Amino acid sequence: MPLSSESAQKQLAARHRKSRMFKHLCAAITWSSVFLLAMLLVRVTMDGLGWLDWQFINSFPSRIPERAGIKSALVGTLWMIVMVAVIAIPIGVSAALYLEEFSKKGRLATLIEVNVANLAGVPSIVYGILGLAIFVRFFALERSLISGALTMSLLILPVIIIASREAIKMVPMSIRYAALSLGATRWQTTWAHVLPSAFPGIMTGVILALSRAIGETAPLILIGAASFMAFLPTGPMDSFTALPIQIYSWVSRPQREFHELAAAGILVLLAVLLLMNATAIYIRNRTEKRLK
Amino acid sequence: MSEPSSQPLQPSLSSSIRKGGTRWGEATIKLWLRICTALSLFTTLAIVVLLAVESVEFFRNVSPLEFFLGTRWVPLLNPSSFGVLPLLWGTMLITVGAAVIAIPLGLASAIYLSEYASDRMRAWIKPALELLAGIPTVVYGYFALTFVTPMLRNVIPDLQVFNALSGAIVVGIMILPTIATLSDNALRAVPVSLRQAAYAVGATSYEVTTRIVVPAGLSGVMASFLLAISRAIGETMAVTLASGQTPNLSFSMLESIQTMTAYIVQVSMGDTPSGGIGYQTLFAVAMLLFLITLLINVISQWILGRFREVYD
Repeated sequence: MPLSSESAQKQLAARHRKSRMFKHLCAAITWSSVFLLAMLLVRVTMDGLGWLDWQFINSFPSRIPERAGIKSALVGTLWMIVMVAVIAIPIGVSAALYLEEFSKKGRLATLIEVNVANLAGVPSIVYGILGLAIFVRFFALERSLISGALTMSLLILPVIIIASREAIKMVPMSIRYAALSLGATRWQTTWAHVLPSAFPGIMTGVILALSRAIGETAPLILIGAASFMAFLPTGPMDSFTALPIQIYSWVSRPQREFHELAAAGILVLLAVLLLMNATAIYIRNRTEKRLK
Repeated sequence: MSEPSSQPLQPSLSSSIRKGGTRWGEATIKLWLRICTALSLFTTLAIVVLLAVESVEFFRNVSPLEFFLGTRWVPLLNPSSFGVLPLLWGTMLITVGAAVIAIPLGLASAIYLSEYASDRMRAWIKPALELLAGIPTVVYGYFALTFVTPMLRNVIPDLQVFNALSGAIVVGIMILPTIATLSDNALRAVPVSLRQAAYAVGATSYEVTTRIVVPAGLSGVMASFLLAISRAIGETMAVTLASGQTPNLSFSMLESIQTMTAYIVQVSMGDTPSGGIGYQTLFAVAMLLFLITLLINVISQWILGRFREVYD
């Protein structure tokens, strides 16, 4: 090869060396992020597993760590899941259906789209303030489950709308044309054909949105969820606590025992989240198979 | 499933339907759907009006000059002082610290995922990162307080129990998956043909990545940075737990600080009477927080719309 001098060879080798190093660096960084996740989970498990037993699940909070439990927090969180689901899912899916199936494309549609995207980016604590001023104070719902559920519903509505729209967009036009050509009205088409086809996708998005609501702490602190509750809520107007609030209150105490209780609480919270995520993934996989 | 005909009979659905008589059921349902859609506009309106009205009340008692330029934040004690700069500074320390950690690491992860990782690796790493993004922030607060701070104190003995540094670190870890997954999507949207062209003229994978792929996907990458930064600014529980409740204009990351969000939590944990000046500070600080995050989100959307390279 007449062109290749010694220096050109060297330069080429250096370029390839640099490239290899870059690749290894990127790989190392990525794997350490994953390792960090594993470490976080191991750490929490090590701290909390010793406290996690039936007594912990089935006891009210207490000043004495050995007697403390998360019964009221767990029940509060379950109440929240159900209430937020009942409020937010119909409204969010309806809005998504309107935007995809009924509204005309134009200024207003664009405005709403931009608005929803921006609402999804508003810090959760601002929703907390909104809930405090509107539901707790203005509508005088007090520091109750319903105030919390309404606030959380507002918080996750944009997420539900965005996810549902994506799912509805995936439904092929041919299905709509078929229904309409047989004389179905717009709503009959939407209800009987579009919604069932989009349902799995909507469910996946909705479950992920709900799991975000369960983990949120700040809005609940703002609307005044109790951090110490020795009874269970019996209806939507009762005061309540929730898992993240209980965890926060334990973490903010200086004693080590309470930190370990917090770790045990975190394990329960993560278990609930994992269960919901697994459900979402299961639904996604099952429908992927069906579509094939 | 049958293929839709290649030429739709009508370009849009709305023009293909003619109204017969009014169907009242249908009309009612449509009204309901409209109300649900309008709710999102009302939410925005409610946030803006609420924050504006209460902030105006606040500024009747406190001059804007004092609020924006004052350097002491002592709203609940006597003599009180309402300079918001220490809170802004606290938020900035956390955000900049988190960005310094998360941007290089997140981008490197995105590059690995989109350029180097095999499909099987991706199938493991991406869900793991998404899991990391789904962990509630209060858990990161626990992690900061019981793990990061004690570890750092072995290295830096004068680190306070509550400090900006460990807050910034955990917020950085928290926003890393956002940057990694969104940037990965942006980089993967860059067509393979661009890479092939560069490889064909003898570029190494490092050169292809840094000079072709990242510049081509830059709008999506930048948008992911901004989105992550806006999350860091709004982050509440981790910084409240890790970084303390001391409004502080210090340059040191080793001291306790207070962010805007942590202040809001502090006030609402106490029993602040409705209508007092303490209650109004809540809205003034929230207004500032809302405007800053809104600005960043709007810029990020603008970048996506304005600079997106569309390839076929």
